[in-house]
Amino acid sequence: MPTAAQLFAAYFQVGISGFGGANAWARYVVVEKRGWLTDAEYAARLGLGQVLPGPNAMNCAIIIGHEFAGVPGAIAAVTGMFAGPLSLLCGLAALYDRYGELQPVRGALAGVAAGAAGMMLGTALKLARRSKPTWPMWAVLAAALGASLCGVSIGWILLVLGPIGILTARMERP
Amino acid sequence: MKDLMALMAGLAPLSLMAVGGGSTVLADMHRLIVEQHGWMDDAAFARRYALAQAAPGPNILVVGLFGWHVAGPIGVLGATLAMCGPAFLLALGFAATRRRFEGAHWLRLIERGLVPMAIGLAAASALHLGGAAVAAWGPRPLWGAAIMAATTAVVFFTKRSPLWMLAGGAVLGVLLIG
Repeated sequence: MPTAAQLFAAYFQVGISGFGGANAWARYVVVEKRGWLTDAEYAARLGLGQVLPGPNAMNCAIIIGHEFAGVPGAIAAVTGMFAGPLSLLCGLAALYDRYGELQPVRGALAGVAAGAAGMMLGTALKLARRSKPTWPMWAVLAAALGASLCGVSIGWILLVLGPIGILTARMERP
Repeated sequence: MKDLMALMAGLAPLSLMAVGGGSTVLADMHRLIVEQHGWMDDAAFARRYALAQAAPGPNILVVGLFGWHVAGPIGVLGATLAMCGPAFLLALGFAATRRRFEGAHWLRLIERGLVPMAIGLAAASALHLGGAAVAAWGPRPLWGAAIMAATTAVVFFTKRSPLWMLAGGAVLGVLLIG
């Protein structure tokens, strides 16, 4: 069981390397690097984090932090995740208006963004494989993916597919 | 200071409306910052959003950039607190409740049932971001797509840190676009 200090350190790493969003990095650090949770366990907490309002990555960090080390663990995970990027952001904000339009900066940002998108996709694929969905669960997954790509608002997706997913889980494990 | 108060008061309610992540209230942020208060124009708003996407950390940190613009360093802290505070408290309450009912049958069902939707949504945001990222490569979209595909493969097939792929993408971006 990780302590609050270990949670802070782990989520500091998540925050500081979390290009393109922190969820993919959170899985990498918590599952792959530290082995605190399995992919299936991480996916369950990600689902809860998505249903709660607010940033998914933060909700997920709160749930995982609280699970291992109570309220101090939750606070440690969230402050760890925000500390690095926030201080970096202050520096970036000052520089960006002056240099943001320079070609090399734009090129680097485009390169990182392409890599970050790939990382998110790889993470989703890995979670899908490891959580071993049955075919009705694959259907829910595909429906969420398709609806979101077609621009259906997230509120509707959660409202409709969330309960369907839960019903499916209920029918599979009586 | 008055501006920061107005920004925080505008962001705090969005915190609890942002179901599915911070980007779902992007339109509301735009209304607050560009249309209602005129703190910056459209292009400046979009640039900051793109930067927060590319910078490390949760994407919601874009509100920190808005805060900086409105009130400097203290604005970063104030805006982040306003946007994340209410959701933080709610999630903390939920986490505590969840542990009280740990192992309960219905809770396990809910957790298992939400997994496929969560993964589907994660894949969708990857493709959304991927589309924008590839478009940013202008006349060389195949390069952007190749970097994306390579990183996907590394994450899917190996346990290697993806940081090297991101760094490689940045270098290629500087060489080919810059």
